[in-house]
Amino acid sequence: MTTLKRYRLFIAVLVITFLLTLKDISLGYQTLRVSGQYLLDMLTILPPIFILIGLLDVWVPKKIVEDNVGDQSGIKGILISIFVGSAAAGPLYAAFPVAEAMLRKGGSLANVVIFLGTWAAIKIPMIMMEVKYLGWTFSLTRLALTLPVIILSGFMMQNLLKSKGDANSTRKVDS
Amino acid sequence: MTFSIILFSITGLLLLLSFLKSKEKTKKALTIALKSFLNILPVMLGVIGLISLSLTLLPPSSIVKFFGQINLINTLTVAGIGSIMLIPGLIAFPLAAALLEQGAALPLVVIFITTLMMVGIMTLPMEIKFFGRNFALMRNIIGLAAALIVGVVMGVILA
Repeated sequence: MTTLKRYRLFIAVLVITFLLTLKDISLGYQTLRVSGQYLLDMLTILPPIFILIGLLDVWVPKKIVEDNVGDQSGIKGILISIFVGSAAAGPLYAAFPVAEAMLRKGGSLANVVIFLGTWAAIKIPMIMMEVKYLGWTFSLTRLALTLPVIILSGFMMQNLLKSKGDANSTRKVDS
Repeated sequence: MTFSIILFSITGLLLLLSFLKSKEKTKKALTIALKSFLNILPVMLGVIGLISLSLTLLPPSSIVKFFGQINLINTLTVAGIGSIMLIPGLIAFPLAAALLEQGAALPLVVIFITTLMMVGIMTLPMEIKFFGRNFALMRNIIGLAAALIVGVVMGVILA
């Protein structure tokens, strides 16, 4: 029963795809083709990320994470979060397990949100591509506007979630 | 693809180092990795299905008509589509450039690509699984607001 519940989204999607295929076989085929592509994407990104997090879990003491990006880390913590987030490549969902490990190891909520934001919107490999297609003016203006908004949103979320208890305790623990 | 190759190489190297230093700890790390992966797998499969369905039913080429005029409906539509879709930068930037070339309004294009990057309704089930509902919803709502602000300000600056 619990297994069924865990797979409810997947089952729902399968049913919809099946119905779609009955209605229009080419749309069904297209959905399966795109699914295969994304599945391959996720399977070539997530397993190594999870292994890296496992290694981080056993080798990096909590104190190191806490000192560098924890509640008392100040500007240094913000800069490290931005640096790590923007040096990354790959889709945002690959950042989720990393950010969760960061939070679990004592990173501050603001820094975790800043890390996710920079990974999402201003990672350097992506900026390169943006410059190529949209030009320096566009890219740098967007960067200059987005970065402060990301930092602000980190502290906003930290304050808003603190009043409800921190994200670790609101985190749904189901297995 | 290059990203995956680098990622696999770094992971392999660190795994080897870890193994040479301590078999025990490496085994523990791999157990943690496997457990977290299996934990997210059901949601991940569902999210892949959601993304594929949305891309099939709402192909990127079908959205061009919303980028011409700046009005409330177009702004909300563009922000909504950007929040739902999950297009990699490799496709999103050429698309944005093509839109601008065809005379799309700059703020709408900025809102579109910023929501694409910062808001992920499709991956929300995964995000909730990792961080809980409050965190995930709040991050996405703030991301949407951020996209609107950045879009409007950029429109004013670069007009």
